[in-house]
Amino acid sequence: MQIIKSNERKKNNPRNTTSFHLMLLPAVILTFIFCYLPLFGLVMAFQDFKPFPSFFGSKFVGLDNFRYIFQMPGFISSIKNTVIIAFFKIILSILVPLTLALLINEITKHVRYKKFVQTVIFLPYFFSWAILGGVMQQLFGFDGMINDLLEALGISKILFLLSNTWFRPIVILTDIWKLMGYNMIIFLAAITGLDTSLYEVAKIDGANRFKQLYYVTIPGIRPMIILLTILGLGSILNANFEQVLILYNPVVYSSGDIIDTFVFRLGIYNSQYSLAAAAGLFKSIVSFIFVGIAYWCANKFSDYRVF
Amino acid sequence: MNTKQMNLNSQPMKIKESTSRKIFHVINFIVLTAVSLTCILPFLHVLAVSLSNNSDALAGRVTFWPIGFTTYAYEYLVGKGEFFKSVGVSAMRLLLGIPINMLLIILSAYPMSKENREFKARKFYIIYFFITMFFSGGLIPTYMVIRNLKILDTIWALVLPTAFNAWNMILLMNFFRNIPKELEEAAFLDGAGYVMTLYKIYLPISKPSLATIFLFTLIYHWNSWFDGILYMNTPANYPLASYLSTLIMSSSNKASANMTVEQLQQLMQVSDTTIRSAQIFLSMLPILIIYPFLQRYFVKGIVVGSVKG
Repeated sequence: MQIIKSNERKKNNPRNTTSFHLMLLPAVILTFIFCYLPLFGLVMAFQDFKPFPSFFGSKFVGLDNFRYIFQMPGFISSIKNTVIIAFFKIILSILVPLTLALLINEITKHVRYKKFVQTVIFLPYFFSWAILGGVMQQLFGFDGMINDLLEALGISKILFLLSNTWFRPIVILTDIWKLMGYNMIIFLAAITGLDTSLYEVAKIDGANRFKQLYYVTIPGIRPMIILLTILGLGSILNANFEQVLILYNPVVYSSGDIIDTFVFRLGIYNSQYSLAAAAGLFKSIVSFIFVGIAYWCANKFSDYRVF
Repeated sequence: MNTKQMNLNSQPMKIKESTSRKIFHVINFIVLTAVSLTCILPFLHVLAVSLSNNSDALAGRVTFWPIGFTTYAYEYLVGKGEFFKSVGVSAMRLLLGIPINMLLIILSAYPMSKENREFKARKFYIIYFFITMFFSGGLIPTYMVIRNLKILDTIWALVLPTAFNAWNMILLMNFFRNIPKELEEAAFLDGAGYVMTLYKIYLPISKPSLATIFLFTLIYHWNSWFDGILYMNTPANYPLASYLSTLIMSSSNKASANMTVEQLQQLMQVSDTTIRSAQIFLSMLPILIIYPFLQRYFVKGIVVGSVKG
């Protein structure tokens, strides 16, 4: 009895938590260097930054940088493009996977085919845009396969990746194609988690499969649909950077340039560090507001907790 | 007692499918197969192009089967250095990055999984990490930090900045939390300290979660190309994905601005359709090979994460 008592005392002794702090130390240091230090560096958004003499020597200019970027037409159009792409992406990234999940769920007999479809649809998710960009060029390029098909059908070739009418739809559609497997799996998991007795009750009430879908399945996964929509809204400004960077070119800037790629060119090619930092900061703040609202809503409506 | 109930209790009723239901199944089958094909055919096409002769490939005549079968593109690559050199850089990145990531995540998930009662400072750490999940310094300030640390153009610029990922830590933390407290208490009674308990009890049990995180990290490091472009000054130091991106992106990029005429000419050659397709396919190969594992663990991870909410 006495031995157990002394062990218990040891456990509650606050001294023991030093090992905790030590274990967390590497992560804390790394986070400080690579997350917090750059955060402090954001001060250059308010400075007329010159690499020499760097942060402490550059002149403070208040909101001038922000005023300047908002009158750059390229920046304004990049905001417009970002919002348009995000708008369609949010809607389609829910509808397409949801439809697929519902359709797949209707397959009851051919289990191997069902697994095959799920496996294959998930595949594009794992390839980076460095690979998929090449694939897209091969498909949509001027001498690519799709244009070849069009020619065979008697339609004239289309410069997909160089056209301001086609570039944005291609960005949106190929991104949905890449990501649809992910949400589809979540929806499938939610559907299979539904109480099967509900379906039996519906059957007894005379519902055929279609009615069952409408009255049992969809209401059953409504929380998940809402949750994913809200979370998607949260990342409204953050998507597509790598994809657009790989696929775009100066010809399609007016319809395809998004905030992140605009900032990238501004900072890295034109060395306008202050302006780029200001634009980036603006986007971060708006993004944070959206993400914050999204998580708050998700918490309220679906009991979603991050920590 | 109505007749419906009586029926159900006596003989199993053979349920006949209505014609409209049968039609639905056919349409369903067609739609799903079409969608599945869009996920396979583009890659088949790239493979076919890589195995075709150059003129046919350039003319766009190749669809899903090679024309004029030749392995020239692959032989060319074996001869040239750059492709496989970049594979080496990526391999190095994996060898360094994955263990460092896993170590940091394991070490921090364990304390964070303790209750507030046991670990009073936990609240501060939560806030500390939480902020980093939402705020970021952005491109330029991060670049400056890396430059001032003198790790530009080294493998550390690819491995260190994302070495600690709060999301993955949360994944493991939640898993740890679900481990019954009795196991830990038993270890304490046997005289083990926190570190021992982590090593001997928690880790062996967490294998599924660890496998998931391992694969997440693997895919991240293998696919990550932008940081390579940004932080490496010489194309020779590019990881595979960054090297691939130079073949694809339009000529207005940083890499080609720094190249000599000779290097640009080489880039032209290597960007040639069949050779480019060969490189794309080779880069896809590792992922395709481990795809069964990937798929299984990713699905598990996603489902557990979403169901738990």
